[in-house]
Amino acid sequence: MTDTVTLTIDGQQITVPAGLTVVDAARRAGVEIPVFCYHPKMEPVGMCRMCLVEIGRPMRDRATGEFLREEDGSVKIQWGRKLETACTARVSEGMVVRTTTEQVAEARKSVLEFLLTSHPLDCPVCDKGGECSLQNLTVAYGPETTRFYYEDKEHAPKHVPLGDLIILDRERCIKCGRCIRFQSEIAGDPVLTFYQRGHHTDVTTFSDPPFDSYWSGNTTDICPVGALTTVDFRFGARPWEMRPAASICTLCPVGCNITFNVRREAAAGGKMVIKRVLPRQNEQVNEIWVCDKGRFAGYHFAESEDRLTQPLVRKHGELTPVSWEEALETAARGLEAARGKALTLAGGRLSNEDLFNLARLTDALDGVKALDTFMAGGDLTAQFGLGEGSNLADLGKGDTIVVIASDLEEEAPLWWLRVKQASERGATLIVANPRFTKIERYADYAFLYPYGREAETVCAFLDEGCSCGGEAVQAVADADRLVVFYGQEGMGLAGSRALAAAVARLLVKTGHAGKVGSGMVGVWPRANDQGAWDMGFRPQNGLAAALAAAQAVLVAGADPAGDDPALAAALDKANFVVVQELFLTETARKADVVFPAQAFTERSGTYTNGELRVQRFYPAVPAAPETAPDFAIAARLGERLGVALEANSPAAIMRQIAEAVPNYAGVTYEALAEVSEQYPLIGRDDLYYSGAAYENTQGLGVALKPAAREGDIAAPEAPTAPEIPADGLRAVPVTRLYDRGALVSRSATLQPRLPVGAFVALHPAEAQRLGLEDGATATLELNGGAYAVTVRLNPQAPEGVVLVPRSVGVPVVEVASCELRLAVGD
Amino acid sequence: MAEYILLRHRDIPNIKDIGVYQEHGGFEAFRKAVTEMAPGDVTAEVKKSGLRGRGGAGFPTGMKWAFMDNRNWPHYVIANGDESEPGTFKDREIMEHNPFQFLEGVAIASYAVGANRAYVYLRGEFWHIAKWLDQKIAEMEAAGFLGDNLFGTDYSLRIYTHLGAGAYICGEETALMESLEGKRGQPRLRPPFPPSYGLYGKPTVINNVETLTNVPMIIARGADWYRTYGTEKSPGVKLFSLSGRVNKPGNYELPLGTTFRELIFEHGGGIIDGKKIKAIMPAGASSSLLPATDEVLDTPMDYESVPKMGGMLGSASVIVLDETVSIAWLVKKTVNFFRHESCGKCTPCREGTYWMERLTGRIASGEGALQDVETLYSVAKQIQGKTFCPLGEFSTMAVVTGIERFREDFDALVKAEASE
Amino acid sequence: MSSLAEKYPDEVQAILAKYPADQKRSAVMALLYLAQRDNGGYVTKAAMEDVGNIVGITANEVAGVVGFYSLYHDKPAGKYRLQVCTDVACALRGAVQFVEELCDNLGIKTGETTPDGLITVEEVKCLAACDHAPVFQVQTADGLTYHQDMNVKATLELIEQWRKEETS
Ligand SMILES: Cc1cc2nc3c(=O)[nH]c(=O)nc-3n(C[C@H](O)[C@H](O)[C@H](O)COP(=O)(O)O)c2cc1C
Ligand code: SF4
Ligand code: FES
Repeated sequence: MTDTVTLTIDGQQITVPAGLTVVDAARRAGVEIPVFCYHPKMEPVGMCRMCLVEIGRPMRDRATGEFLREEDGSVKIQWGRKLETACTARVSEGMVVRTTTEQVAEARKSVLEFLLTSHPLDCPVCDKGGECSLQNLTVAYGPETTRFYYEDKEHAPKHVPLGDLIILDRERCIKCGRCIRFQSEIAGDPVLTFYQRGHHTDVTTFSDPPFDSYWSGNTTDICPVGALTTVDFRFGARPWEMRPAASICTLCPVGCNITFNVRREAAAGGKMVIKRVLPRQNEQVNEIWVCDKGRFAGYHFAESEDRLTQPLVRKHGELTPVSWEEALETAARGLEAARGKALTLAGGRLSNEDLFNLARLTDALDGVKALDTFMAGGDLTAQFGLGEGSNLADLGKGDTIVVIASDLEEEAPLWWLRVKQASERGATLIVANPRFTKIERYADYAFLYPYGREAETVCAFLDEGCSCGGEAVQAVADADRLVVFYGQEGMGLAGSRALAAAVARLLVKTGHAGKVGSGMVGVWPRANDQGAWDMGFRPQNGLAAALAAAQAVLVAGADPAGDDPALAAALDKANFVVVQELFLTETARKADVVFPAQAFTERSGTYTNGELRVQRFYPAVPAAPETAPDFAIAARLGERLGVALEANSPAAIMRQIAEAVPNYAGVTYEALAEVSEQYPLIGRDDLYYSGAAYENTQGLGVALKPAAREGDIAAPEAPTAPEIPADGLRAVPVTRLYDRGALVSRSATLQPRLPVGAFVALHPAEAQRLGLEDGATATLELNGGAYAVTVRLNPQAPEGVVLVPRSVGVPVVEVASCELRLAVGD
Repeated sequence: MAEYILLRHRDIPNIKDIGVYQEHGGFEAFRKAVTEMAPGDVTAEVKKSGLRGRGGAGFPTGMKWAFMDNRNWPHYVIANGDESEPGTFKDREIMEHNPFQFLEGVAIASYAVGANRAYVYLRGEFWHIAKWLDQKIAEMEAAGFLGDNLFGTDYSLRIYTHLGAGAYICGEETALMESLEGKRGQPRLRPPFPPSYGLYGKPTVINNVETLTNVPMIIARGADWYRTYGTEKSPGVKLFSLSGRVNKPGNYELPLGTTFRELIFEHGGGIIDGKKIKAIMPAGASSSLLPATDEVLDTPMDYESVPKMGGMLGSASVIVLDETVSIAWLVKKTVNFFRHESCGKCTPCREGTYWMERLTGRIASGEGALQDVETLYSVAKQIQGKTFCPLGEFSTMAVVTGIERFREDFDALVKAEASE
Repeated sequence: MSSLAEKYPDEVQAILAKYPADQKRSAVMALLYLAQRDNGGYVTKAAMEDVGNIVGITANEVAGVVGFYSLYHDKPAGKYRLQVCTDVACALRGAVQFVEELCDNLGIKTGETTPDGLITVEEVKCLAACDHAPVFQVQTADGLTYHQDMNVKATLELIEQWRKEETS
């Protein structure tokens, strides 16, 4: 058997990979076969019957297996008695497909006519008008008029909320089942179902809350009609009024490729505004999906009313609007005075260009380059990461994926999806976590370890006599490719440092270090933490003390004061504080100088994702007045401090990065913008095929070459895990996708799904011991602070711990002893 | 007929008692198969008998058993007791009155294909039959005809009932398997076919209740004996469920090849009130309508002859229509049935039956126009050849043949022009 | 509401035992009948959740099954659902007139329930008893029974008897 087959479609011979459906093969031949229920990312079901074509197969002699021939020598073709669905038929050698015959045309017209009998024909008021498969295909293949009596139409509700984010119009639904299949096959959340049967078939949700999934928005992209719409875009704009702008989602380390749809809007005073987020195809990163956080909260913060639009300088104790010139002068003077005793604190949501300039500036001041994070290991991922030549989509049989200390769907949803898919393709999945999460469902081996034993658990895979199951150890040792995701669950800097070192050692000792396709992936809390490490920023042990001791602090893209009262107190002690920010954060309030920064939607730049892929984003809307990109602010400060930094062209900064940072050699803006053919062939003109996701025309990014690939594979020293409290009630930080972080909480759309106030989760038995019920208000005493929290029960929580989500109101960095009791007066 | 082969309770009233069944040779065929025959020999004997599926399609039973994929285990056997085709009520009589012969058939089929587990799928309405069969199965277990190490061999078998919940489509074999797996009863893509990918994705033989009830007698008395009944290509006996405008509706066990005339006038006692016979639906609601001409009445009811008249034998549920019946009314009834039972999976059936229901409703109520009859006809034609499973196709049979063969019944009801 | 598994452990076990251990989902249909029995003839969302937990699927997946089949109900109706076949073969033998007369006598239309909440008359498709028309089945929480070769008088007597049982 060969891996390709040759067939003829409408007279055109084409050779395609074996196993392809006729629809996909035709697409590669440039022949359009219309579909509704088929979607190239899901198993075909053959329900809608739109793709009926004539298929003939060569006849063979039963005895010899040879093709039978016509008199003229051509192969004899056996034509089916009926039309076949091209979405379920797989290509075979010598197959002949006809899509232009009268019979096929009649079938298409008939199926469309049937669909339209139940359709409300309300295109003029439909959000999908202009990008609706039913509309487009009807124009192309449908009947001109309807023979169905309008008064015979059954009417159905047109506004059925499937949860807070998605609205269903029952009349428009054509029952293709794409949304239901997406939720069960791809998202692993079977929260949608068909209800009733026959003509009464409906799509509904019975989950609690309704449509309980982080993936719901994708169903609106792949819905071929206007049946499913998002609450944020519904009645928002007509598709043809908007223009697309390529970007990258900046909410997690995956770096999903997205497209903003933008238009000028009277309601916004004639400003250009972003109307919605759609996925942009990158088969190596996010395929054609994005999570709901990225879709519904990815950009709103940039448009919020409270953006800073003027530089501020503290005068007589008050932050006062001033000119850029004055602010720059004041800041430069303050920084200059602190030469040798300055500290720059940068956040992982800055771009590589911002970070590079900030690093240069800090170096010029002989200052400390501090990264605002609780997770370590970026130096090791730069050395042992994935990078060039690897692609999670390639993983399958023979490969092993390890996920450790990560609630992957909460921390980096797309990676969860891709790990799940790799496991479904046959990769061995090993998950070690302190509690069960959603990824364990797909694991071949799942281990539970107690908090604090992360590094030890990884080391055990090197230890022959380990208790964690010989088969799993073998699967790690024997893996063709080994990919390890290590996350943030329950760990601060010391814990994650030890874990990262253990993972790196595992890669080295099992011979996977430096191998293409193998490597470690840090599930970072921020989108560009990796870039920040690469540009030279490092997390600081004892950040509070460092801040308090600094003569001058420059804070960019971080809000330490807002995150942690201890850091706020430390900043109060710092002598001089300069802040580059979008908003007047707690930190900015304490500053001496505040610069209004530009949002990523307003400018260019790059991020380096957790798989070591550098990706470029483009300006989508004009910048807010009086703002400047962080790299430019740094450059203008540099100008006054005697260091020449590029202030205008991020592409030029990237050229400098490529020279200065070894892993980035050869990365250019041109290379980042390159695209190549990706399958499936999705595209905007024929939405019927795969939905509204955008074809990628502006760059697939560049995967870095990790240092180990270059031979730098010395194993780090054996890690020593930090001491953490081992008994008594302990507070443990966990990451939730929907937290109350500064960016997410500015999304009105996502509000109903965000936690209202601080909460903690604990095991029902633990709650009982503490005399707490689900929903009770309790007081959490932790690290000297007391916090009012709502109690939620979670049977997956280990006993003895209180799960405290990060960024929902209780500052918590690593495992710490705590007390929890019913709030007085409750 | 000299002797009943399927409806043996009509000869032996208490054959539903295990003792009585045994007295009349019960389970001897199963014993013979398990202890004296290789599984392949059992299949070969059934093949030789020429037995064809009685569930509707008439597929040769032995050939189906021989298709089982022997590289993939375990194997399953399913007895299709969904019996939901309007006009069909034969399997019910077998299971109610001659249950052991049917269960023995299931057992022999299971042995032949190497299944250690068999299911009897019953339509949800057969609540009482499920209970009844559970009891009969328990009796067989107690008597050592089901369980482990049967007849001292290493062959083991258990039979279970599974109750559906009201859905005609679950008679279609792949929808039935979905239903048995606890899902919505919607048909699966075929291929793969059940003998390679069936219940739980495993090779599965599925046969109609009546089909399986033939098997013990074939094994006991041999294929040659069986072939003495019926015709060359349609050997054996068949249960004809006779209903509609006849004096004596009921099940009639007759050799394949018996004529419609004999069934309706000799056995069925002719037409109610001596009216004139008008049309025949030979296979329940999914039949084509055959005008009751002498040629049709004298057609032998077998798998070859009925198609020549423009119909199908199907499950042989013969519904008789007399001159008092308007075909436009009848078509409204059948379309209503299929609209109600369409599973909704595929567009032409889901939307087409709905559209046809609206049109037949208009026409039958006298509100239709001539053009509605034309539309109805074209909608039915437009469904054909495009549906996912045969149900959609079934829904069009009476419509198309009704309009083609009894056009005057429609014209009599409609106005020449649409009223709008 | 406590789980069916706690209330009827033996029955639930017996149902599960019919299917291979890794194919528990097959038990959904039988468990739904049990849930209907437990809840006076229809299934609630909580019951779907419960049944789903027993076999390891979501309430959604259970709901899909409930909605598909006509013998599961998600709303309450009369204690006795009197389901008359008015399909082709029965209609040819007087089933339609039978239903009409019966309903007139009960003072309701098909699909409706008598004011005392006792009887709901429904028209259903073929019951595989075409030679015994008029025929109906009675669905109660406990299951189904067939009544063949019926007439209106005998049916009303049957109903009278139910009414008596109800008051005694
Ligand atoms: C819509 C539909 C309904 C069917 N209903 C039944 C049925 O109620 N009983 C039955 O035995 N076969 C029924 N069949 C046929 C089955 O799919 C299958 O062919 C049969 O059970 C095979 O058994 P046999 O070979 O013994 O006939 C139905 C088929 C279709 C398409
Ligand atoms: S023809 Fe289509 S809708 Fe009808 S029953 Fe079959 S699959 Fe379902
Ligand atoms: S038509 Fe009524 S039981 Fe068959």
